Amino acid sequence: MGYHWNWGIFWEQSPEGTGTYFDMLVQGLETTLVTAALAWLIAFVVGSVVGVLRTLPGRVAPAIATCWIELFRNMPLLVQLFLWYFVVPDLLPGPWGVWLKQLPNAPFITAVLGIGFFMSARVAVQVASGVEALPRGQRAAATALGLTGPQTYRYVLLPMAYRIILPPLTSELLNTIKNTSVALTIGLAELTARARAVQEFSFQVFEAFTAATLAYLVVNLIATLAARWLEDRVRVPGFGKP
Amino acid sequence: MSAVIQIENVDKWYNPAVQVLRNVSLTVSRGEVVVVCGPSGSGKSTLIKCVNALEPIQHGRIVVDGEDLGGKGVNLPRLRARVGMVFQHFELFPHMRVLDNLCLAQCKVLGRSRQEAESRALVLLDRVGLTAHAAKFPGQLSGGQQQRVAIARALAMDPVVMLFDEATSALDPEMVSEVLDVMVGLAQSGMTMMVVTHEMGFAGKVANRVVFMDQGEVVEDAPSKQFFEGAGSERARQFLSKILTY
Repeated sequence: MGYHWNWGIFWEQSPEGTGTYFDMLVQGLETTLVTAALAWLIAFVVGSVVGVLRTLPGRVAPAIATCWIELFRNMPLLVQLFLWYFVVPDLLPGPWGVWLKQLPNAPFITAVLGIGFFMSARVAVQVASGVEALPRGQRAAATALGLTGPQTYRYVLLPMAYRIILPPLTSELLNTIKNTSVALTIGLAELTARARAVQEFSFQVFEAFTAATLAYLVVNLIATLAARWLEDRVRVPGFGKP
Repeated sequence: MSAVIQIENVDKWYNPAVQVLRNVSLTVSRGEVVVVCGPSGSGKSTLIKCVNALEPIQHGRIVVDGEDLGGKGVNLPRLRARVGMVFQHFELFPHMRVLDNLCLAQCKVLGRSRQEAESRALVLLDRVGLTAHAAKFPGQLSGGQQQRVAIARALAMDPVVMLFDEATSALDPEMVSEVLDVMVGLAQSGMTMMVVTHEMGFAGKVANRVVFMDQGEVVEDAPSKQFFEGAGSERARQFLSKILTY
């Protein structure tokens, strides 16, 4: 194939003048982790609220939740990021749009919000199905004891619902981490973008992407192990698998 | 005797086509034990759920401990806290230890301190014979034990009346009596009780009155002695003969 392998490339100075190629990848990984963590925070909080709305009695709250979910999960993430980054600032009234465009870290903020909202729709569906998987009598029992609606969710329904959906929720966390790579299209210098930059400067495409691949693998493996540890910790004796 | 539960001309539909309660009227007085029985689909479980407004009614009036459930400004959570309810499937909260199951509503609804709540809980666990299981999770108990915990949980709120919705129907036969024993003890202590059950032995032993329902209507409402000696209605006699045959 005539490819010139050079695994030592990572320790060479990059033409950016800010350190080695390895440092470039580390900076990318940091951006990936921070973006993923904040996006996951938004996805988890917003997703939980929307998921709860979907299970409330009546029609209005579930309808609002359904709109949110269908809006954010039926559009490709790439399209959503483009919308947030290129279209929304132009739709906003003059000064707001300018302000948004001139934010120093607009790609980062856009990526966090865009991926966060996109993933929130998926988390919402999980949370709602977790609540609905509980016996109907649980809500009745809490209500009969005099607990209010919010207390019923806080102390009775959600603690069990989260336990039930922990495995699929872990997958959503991993998806959030992986989806940050889409943000390279709006100029976020995350891991994949930095791997590409390494390749463009050094022409060592295989080394660059091997390193990125390994980094993604390790991060996701750690997230998976952490989730499994959490599953064990919160397992309810006598409930589910022994 | 003052009425704790007054049900007046209640109608309930699940949808416009399905009427589950028809002009039901019923009174439970303080200290009284009323057993509600009837074939499945007769509306007895629905009726008892209406008493603490777990199910809405479309017509009529239900007054519990002097408060109209449909009245303006009625605080339903507060009112429900005064009405103990025991469910067919126990409905303990699986992620909480037995003691926490008993303390949750005491602390969050009645505003008791954790210490007060625990000491009340321990008294009641002793009463249902489960003190040794206070630190266990519901999933580690037998069905009968879980139902006794559920009864203790309801009693911890110091209710003015206890509702039992087929409390022994989901239990293995050998566990029915341990739960009935607790219920009998409760009845003998003077607790006001409305009990939906097929356990006619229990009815005969402690019920003051037996109400027989069929197709959403109260067909018979008689002192228990009179009910068992010769139910007035043909339908009730048929029902009794079927369930007392074995």
